[in-house]
Amino acid sequence: MINNMRYITLAVLLGLFPLASSAEEVNVYSGRKEALIKPLFDEYTKETGIRVNLVTGKADALIKRLELEGEKSPADLLLTVDAGRLYRAQELGLLQVTSSAVLDEVVPENYRDPQGYWYGLSIRARVIVHSRTRIEPAQLSDYEALAGPVWHNQLCVRSSSNIYNQSLVASMLAHHGREETESWIGGLVGNFARDPKGGDRDQIKAVAAGQCNLALVNTYYLAGMLSSGIDAEVDAANQVALFWPNQEGRGAHVNISGAGVTRSARHKTAAISLLEYLVSIPAQEWYGKTNREFPVREGVAGDDILQSWGAFKADDLNLAILGEQNQAAVRAMDRAGWK
Amino acid sequence: MLRLRLPPPWVALTILAAAVLLLPVIVVTASVFLSSGDIWQHLYDTVLAEYVINSLLLAGGGGCLALPLGVVPAWLVTMYRFPGSRQLEWALLLPLAMPAYIIAYTYTGMLDVAGPLQSWLRAAFDWQYGDYWFPDIRSLPGAVLMLSLVLYPYIYLLARAAFLEQSASMVEVARTLGARPAGVFFQVVLPLARPAIIVGLSLVLMETLADYGTVQYFGVATFTTGIFKTWFGLGSSIAAAQLSALLLLFVLFLVVLEQYSRRQSRYHDTGTRHDRLEQKHLRGRRGVPALALCTLPVLFGFVIPSGQLLSWAMQTWRASLDAGFFTLVVNSIELALVTALLAALLALAVSYARRRQPGILTNSFNRLLGMGYAVPGTVIAVGVLIPFTWLDRHLGDWLALLSDTDPGLLLSGTITILVFAYLVRFLALSLNTVDAGLAKIKPSMDEAGRSLGLGSFSLLRRVHIPILRGSLLSAVLLVFVDVLKELPATLILRPFNFNTLAVRTFELANEERLADAAFPALAIVLAGIIPVIILSRAISQSRSANA
Repeated sequence: MINNMRYITLAVLLGLFPLASSAEEVNVYSGRKEALIKPLFDEYTKETGIRVNLVTGKADALIKRLELEGEKSPADLLLTVDAGRLYRAQELGLLQVTSSAVLDEVVPENYRDPQGYWYGLSIRARVIVHSRTRIEPAQLSDYEALAGPVWHNQLCVRSSSNIYNQSLVASMLAHHGREETESWIGGLVGNFARDPKGGDRDQIKAVAAGQCNLALVNTYYLAGMLSSGIDAEVDAANQVALFWPNQEGRGAHVNISGAGVTRSARHKTAAISLLEYLVSIPAQEWYGKTNREFPVREGVAGDDILQSWGAFKADDLNLAILGEQNQAAVRAMDRAGWK
Repeated sequence: MLRLRLPPPWVALTILAAAVLLLPVIVVTASVFLSSGDIWQHLYDTVLAEYVINSLLLAGGGGCLALPLGVVPAWLVTMYRFPGSRQLEWALLLPLAMPAYIIAYTYTGMLDVAGPLQSWLRAAFDWQYGDYWFPDIRSLPGAVLMLSLVLYPYIYLLARAAFLEQSASMVEVARTLGARPAGVFFQVVLPLARPAIIVGLSLVLMETLADYGTVQYFGVATFTTGIFKTWFGLGSSIAAAQLSALLLLFVLFLVVLEQYSRRQSRYHDTGTRHDRLEQKHLRGRRGVPALALCTLPVLFGFVIPSGQLLSWAMQTWRASLDAGFFTLVVNSIELALVTALLAALLALAVSYARRRQPGILTNSFNRLLGMGYAVPGTVIAVGVLIPFTWLDRHLGDWLALLSDTDPGLLLSGTITILVFAYLVRFLALSLNTVDAGLAKIKPSMDEAGRSLGLGSFSLLRRVHIPILRGSLLSAVLLVFVDVLKELPATLILRPFNFNTLAVRTFELANEERLADAAFPALAIVLAGIIPVIILSRAISQSRSANA
């Protein structure tokens, strides 16, 4: 028994030191969850023979790891689900400028860093959803109007620690400045039907259950519920309708999932080729079909659910600004009492 | 003449290992010397008060609720026999296997405004939202309830071991002197078991203070959610570390307070009779209240949430059970096992060093090494990364000089760093358990052993370890289960292409795909149950062995 334990312990300890492999590979730190990106990487490996090694996690924690590992970091590519984090990594000097004719051509200018530190791969829109029975679309117009007193006690949204809300407020700051934005947040908070809690799907369910009439959510959550195959989710999603805000003005607030090559990259060529693969037509179609985000590449059709929402106008603010304004946005939300 | 007495080599080695494990906590604490701009002013002006108040309420409430949930059943199953008491002895430990944020998701799924219960109420009585009152599970009281339901087993485990180890003669004397059962409990048994119960309570408090998953989901702004909002939202990892340091100071204050409060007491049993405690039989209806009191925590902390997980998992298990799933199970169990064994070994060494060489150094190590438990995992992970990456850079440069090749990072990004981080975070569990067990062994035992010519090591091996068997097993189990559930440090520190059950569960739950998350969550629970049952049987055997 004791002897057996010794062998087991030895075997386990040996397992602690994996041997490095020398095949052609590219190492990715990803703020995006495994299930939402790995299938694309597998496809890439199948086509090119280049292995993709992946660590997923919270983007900020991975950025910290990258920062501490410094020049010796094994990471070649940093992938996140919002532009703010890429901007932060860039500010910390963790990314390098990449030049690729393919990326420059395919990715629209406002969805990538002007100097080429990072590129958007898919588009995520934050929209208003409303109860189909209690609210008429004609009552809605833009984000700004949600702060009005008519919506008292009718709005559901998640907490201010959520990056999607921070980005939305950052875009408001960019368009309206601090004073106006803070009074807008004040009005919005006054209209909350409940203290912020849960995720985006929760807000949709709360609208369906009648706790609120409106919610601010990212579109792919609604699409995910509609296609979940779980009755309760589908029912709830069918009770709400999507409204594209600010279509008369600057367009709906969007963010991106994107990636940048790290400064320490040892497999730079492979990293760029992976990025180019991610904006290829089949990969972009996959983003629409599986993650239900909007393709960053023009002319790629989304899936049926996305198409059912029609075309929309997106805010063409350069997304680097969302990163610049992120801290100011959080402070404004703290001051205005958005929990 | 002053003679400098050097400690024996193994004590020195233990102190060295302890010092290395303290590095991350020191690194986090050292952040107070760095500048974080005007962020503190902003926090102070806006949200800091709310963070502090909510955290205190959460820890206070969680402790107050977990205490009776743990102590009362421990007393009942130790002192009485009633229908089902044998099964409840181990079943009461089961909630330990349930990650706190998972129980939060399951109860939200059932009780939320959009959940089946409220939907049914609305449909059955033709109500609208707002026509009826229903408690909001996603609130501060809800979070208190969730956390105490999964954390009370710490108190139960330690209290039960303490009750079992008390000599029957004490109870008998009290009974002969005419004390009623309640009197025996409150005046004799409870004060004697106090150190063990306090240890359990302090584990509960620390875990509540470090909880992130539950409070984040429930929208309760606590110190931990504040730490992450400061780091991720305000972009200041320094201010986040400073907030963690503040949390540490608070915990240190509690620890010192507790030590001070029992500075003059000795808790080992000085009697010589170790008769088996005679269990009273509660037959028929007289057993019902006891049965009910012991069933409630298991029902709400384990059976109901597992049932919800199971019903979700039924819809999704086919998709979840892919080829990679087995690897997840193996990874999780391997990490948990290695860490649990190492932690028990370290705890034994540290505790024993203090027993043999009591002094400021060994005493304070004992206290400080447990601090990592009160720090959110992500913050500890950064505290681990800082010294590891520093070492890696220098080691790499040195190797590059020698061999002309750049080896990259040798330690960070391996499983070694993960195990190290787990040790920093969870050593409190094994240390406290082993310490409590060791404290109950009379010093006269050591003296007897020494007079028979046993050295430190053989004394440990031949006298202490056999007596400590139960405590050591508890230590292994507690760390094993907590590593199985651990998420934040695993997320940031793990190597490429390496996932655990907790990571898989989190990734799906965080995307709000609860039904998909249910299967891996259930696997965590299952993997945690097995050692729980083994442990419980071992403790029960120690009862019969004492007879």
